Amino acid sequence: MRTQSNKLFEPVLVTAALKQSFIKLDPRLMIKNPVMFTVEIGTLIMAFVSAYSINHKDQGSVSYNLIIFLILFVTLLFANFAEAIAEARGKAQAESLRKTREETPAKVISANGMIETCSSNSLKKDDVFVCEAGDIIPTDGEIIEGIATIDESAITGESAPVIRESGGDKSSVTGGTKVLSDKIKVRVTTQAGESFLDKMIALVEGASRQKTPNEIALTILLASFTIIFIIVCVTLKPFADYANTPITIAALISLFVCLIPTTIGGLLSAIGIAGMDRALRANVITKSGKAVETAGDVDTLLLDKTGTITIGNRKATNFYPAEGIAKDHFIRCSLLASISDETPEGKSIVDLAKTEIPSIASGIITNVTIAEFVSFTAETRSSGVNLKDGTQLRKGAFDSIKNIAVKAGHNFPADTEKTVQAISSNGGTPLVVTENGKVLGVIELQDIIKPGISERFERLRKMGVKTVMVTGDNPLTAKYIAEKAGVDDFIAEAKPEDKMNYIRQEQSNGKLVAMMGDGTNDAPALAQADVGVAMNSGTQAAKEAGNMVDLDNDPTKLIEIVEIGKQLLITRGTLTTFSIANDVAKYFAIVPALFIASIPALQGLNIMRLHSPESAILSAVIFNAIIIPILIPLALKGVAYKPIGASSLLRRNLLIYGLGGVIAPFIGIKFIDLLVGIFF
Amino acid sequence: MNTEINGIIATYLLTVIIAFPLGKYLAKVFAGEKVWTDFLCPLESIIYKLSGINPKQQMNWKQHMKALLTINSVWLIYGFFVLIYQDKLPLNPDGNPGMTPDLSFNTIISFVVNCNLQHYSGETGVSYLTQHFVLMFLQFTSAATGIASAVVLFKAFREKSTTQLGNFWELFLKSITRLLLPLSLIVALILAFNGTPASYESKDQFVSMEGDTVDVSRGPAAQFVAIKHLGTNGGGFFGANSSHPLENPNYLTNMVEAISQMIIPMAMIIAFGYFIRKKKLAYTIYAVMTLGMFMLLVPSIIGETAGNPAIAALGVDQNHGAMEGKEVRFGAVATAYWSTITTIVSTGSVNGMHDSTMPLTGLWQLLGMMINSFFGGCGVGILNYFIYLIIAVFISGLMVGRTPEFLGHKVEAREVKIAALVTLLSPFLIMAGTALASFVLVSYPNADWAVKPANWLNNPGFHGFSEMLYEVTSANANNGSGFEGLGDNNIFWNVVTGVILFLGRFLPIIGPVAIAGLLGQKKYIPESAGTLKVDTITFSIMTLAVILVLNALSYFPALALGPIAEYFTLIK
Repeated sequence: MRTQSNKLFEPVLVTAALKQSFIKLDPRLMIKNPVMFTVEIGTLIMAFVSAYSINHKDQGSVSYNLIIFLILFVTLLFANFAEAIAEARGKAQAESLRKTREETPAKVISANGMIETCSSNSLKKDDVFVCEAGDIIPTDGEIIEGIATIDESAITGESAPVIRESGGDKSSVTGGTKVLSDKIKVRVTTQAGESFLDKMIALVEGASRQKTPNEIALTILLASFTIIFIIVCVTLKPFADYANTPITIAALISLFVCLIPTTIGGLLSAIGIAGMDRALRANVITKSGKAVETAGDVDTLLLDKTGTITIGNRKATNFYPAEGIAKDHFIRCSLLASISDETPEGKSIVDLAKTEIPSIASGIITNVTIAEFVSFTAETRSSGVNLKDGTQLRKGAFDSIKNIAVKAGHNFPADTEKTVQAISSNGGTPLVVTENGKVLGVIELQDIIKPGISERFERLRKMGVKTVMVTGDNPLTAKYIAEKAGVDDFIAEAKPEDKMNYIRQEQSNGKLVAMMGDGTNDAPALAQADVGVAMNSGTQAAKEAGNMVDLDNDPTKLIEIVEIGKQLLITRGTLTTFSIANDVAKYFAIVPALFIASIPALQGLNIMRLHSPESAILSAVIFNAIIIPILIPLALKGVAYKPIGASSLLRRNLLIYGLGGVIAPFIGIKFIDLLVGIFF
Repeated sequence: MNTEINGIIATYLLTVIIAFPLGKYLAKVFAGEKVWTDFLCPLESIIYKLSGINPKQQMNWKQHMKALLTINSVWLIYGFFVLIYQDKLPLNPDGNPGMTPDLSFNTIISFVVNCNLQHYSGETGVSYLTQHFVLMFLQFTSAATGIASAVVLFKAFREKSTTQLGNFWELFLKSITRLLLPLSLIVALILAFNGTPASYESKDQFVSMEGDTVDVSRGPAAQFVAIKHLGTNGGGFFGANSSHPLENPNYLTNMVEAISQMIIPMAMIIAFGYFIRKKKLAYTIYAVMTLGMFMLLVPSIIGETAGNPAIAALGVDQNHGAMEGKEVRFGAVATAYWSTITTIVSTGSVNGMHDSTMPLTGLWQLLGMMINSFFGGCGVGILNYFIYLIIAVFISGLMVGRTPEFLGHKVEAREVKIAALVTLLSPFLIMAGTALASFVLVSYPNADWAVKPANWLNNPGFHGFSEMLYEVTSANANNGSGFEGLGDNNIFWNVVTGVILFLGRFLPIIGPVAIAGLLGQKKYIPESAGTLKVDTITFSIMTLAVILVLNALSYFPALALGPIAEYFTLIK
């Protein structure tokens, strides 16, 4: 996966695409693209004209007609090649994923309870198979029994093994991954050939590729431009008759092909496929092209706090001893109270203590004087240890420790209470430590915000996307982290239905919402969201509900997806503009060429000073053809998206592709004319 | 020359000064807010009662268009027969004959659609009854139809999401009672006091200084000329239109007529801004239109004042510009100004002969009509502009990476389809019409019609081509001016332009109203930083670029064979 080449034109793919370029000449396939279909008709007419001109003089020379025919034919091939290479790249990407899972032996539990080995291809939905340490999981499924560590690096590129177990949110396994330990029973959740990858490959291949609504709208607009130019070219014949100017069929067809938006017409489907392909390269499987497009429109992004905005868990950052307590003693007790605590918070306290009092910490850790570990319960909401000398050390939330202190006949120190409040309002979590009921001080735990995340949110804000943090924290903590990370809104103390309600509310205001989720309880929200990205590690239900699956389980992936969606639309828009803007120069090349013989005054329109009418027409048609392959890399990579605000972006693209589109062909056609002019 | 320039600057400034408050007033009228003309309410109530209309009943866009087409069909049938039988009806003191069916077909469509292409001459072709109760009546109703349609579009964007687009009959009636009638009264009075006839007497006679007896046509002209300009109709009471000394007696009336044809199209843009509470959007639209207007106006004035090189070659003094076909009481500058505004706002009245203007001025006139939305006709100007706007929104929406949206409503395949069809229509009608004419002229020069095709054109070559192109373009734009020099009263031109007039009117009204109706009922999407704002300078430039490029691409070959070829031949 990660080794997949990023080169645009892999030799193998190019060969396949070249072959496809010819196959796609079939008019039944061609008609899906009305612009290029008319070019095909024009090419056919030129073939007849070339044959006709062998015996007749009135349509120009055979060689000239033949050259026009060939250039038009090449134009068609270029357009087909653009689509074919995009398909080939997408398919290659998907195939490399699929290879990992082909022909894996599966240990299926048959009806009589016996284990039989068969090929993964013969697995059907709801079959149950067994996997032991060392086995490759034959297909996607859900664990119904057992727990196992699994190496998913084949799919995600992440080398750290993950734990998967039956029931709950971590029950889903992916075909092609490897079981490292233990034994699991898995129920097959997808029919062979129906997995997400299979669906994706089908989308790319074109068999089930449907045009997205936006693509349809653009096709309609392009078709109407094409009709306008049909009108222009057909009416030119009677106009020319009136002006006593014979126009050859070759000239009319050339004018027509040059005017219709062949550039965008030829590249349109390649742009769409390349969008899905770019998503796949980001390790995101999309279930439809529309989902990618919608992602570009997203107004609101729901992000889980943990893992997305903050790094995993909280960390201890400070020790605040109560008044009259020696700091060293407080840290020592905190350390003792946490040594046996396996939670990430507990470990971080140990780590912090080691850096604060390095001289004595190791001594305490090696000479453990602990008699008993008291683990955290929902009832006591505190944990700690009983030492061999009978000392009871406890650490816990403010109110639970306050209870312990009051019961033991101690007062809760006023300064510590103040510190507790200060920590809370700073978004931290205070852990109060007691020794036999006497309050020693408070440990501050803080969420660590991922480096660079606030810049990403800033970028999203400039794109016009509102970010919402979802967290189980209390509102005070949530607010603090939200402000620090730079998200626009937060849902604190979030329950699954809160997410759902928030999405519904945003949608009722006309906004498009994207979210990422993994658990079964996320499924309804994933289905409700306009763009739902399920993590590959998530449950089958979550994956079914969303319209994308992220193989990396990376929650920040949403941001990339939004950009890919925007790029897709921008590429379409800019190339359309470029294509139409090109026509201005083509008119100045061809129209004077058409009439100059009988209306010499129109030489005034030949502002490019092209060599002769024949060379002018040829240069325009050649330019029209070669601009397609020149723009293929742009269509495949997509026009860069810059979050600089809609108006600035429009100004920028209008200058580059609008004004540039007017100027470029003047230079290009003149240059080609200098070469062609030698012969014609 | 400076005086002449000052004259049109004054005319233009007065137009703007009147249009802005008028726009604000219109917005209030159609929003149902209190205005000083509310004293007319009782009169309107009587009309509602008599016609059995409930003005409170809300319509969606389809019901609006049904009402519009129904009432326009009624007028079409009524007018067609009255024109044919006008010789048998009263108020015909000069004994003018009834129209032939093809001429009546052309004339009635032409007036119903606010075009006023005239293949007859007012002095001999119609009676006072038809002038007054068919043609002038339609000048009011056709203008009101356009205004009411535009207000339907306004209503679609006033609220965040709505299907309640007001009542067609109410909008239509108020356009007449609150706007057209009062303004016509003022303009008609000014004209009448400056010498435009307003009587039902038959022809007058006088003996000229050479001793010839001259018949002078008159009739109820002042009121006719007033609404002909206010409603951007343009059909002259007399054949020579506003270059006729009785229709446009002096420079003052020339200013009044020039001002009155521009104020409603301008005011509608301002009204749009006030009505949907987005004044900045209206101002940017206004700016694009003004820029477009000056792009056509300035070269026209330069071309006309520079004079004709062919005449200069004869050594004739051309200090006053190219005066062929112009009235000395107006001069070259005022005529160039008029020729520009009358083609951009689809009035189509003339105060000089467009056939005699310089080739490039002819090009600017043609472009003005092809674009047809630099202010444009009463109400329909903004509808035409709206189509360009939708295409600009679609393409630039893509360019900023979002599904295109206009004022918070997503522009999707259905809207683009309608916009694409309407965009297609003009090139189709203009190019196909001109092609058909060229074909007939070349292939059947001796067809047995009232005017043989071989005799259609006063001028051979490129200019003759421009004459045909102009006629068809004028019909499609519902403009009504003629390049003249074209023998157009025969079955070919009557029928062809009649059909073009009809299609060129109603589809470009239904299309934008349908798009607005569809958009208006969609869910409203609030603005974000990623939303493309449509009231910025950048977007305005984009819209102007779309307008210019689309029209240039559609018509370049035709224009190259007409005015452009003529120009290059002339300067060689």
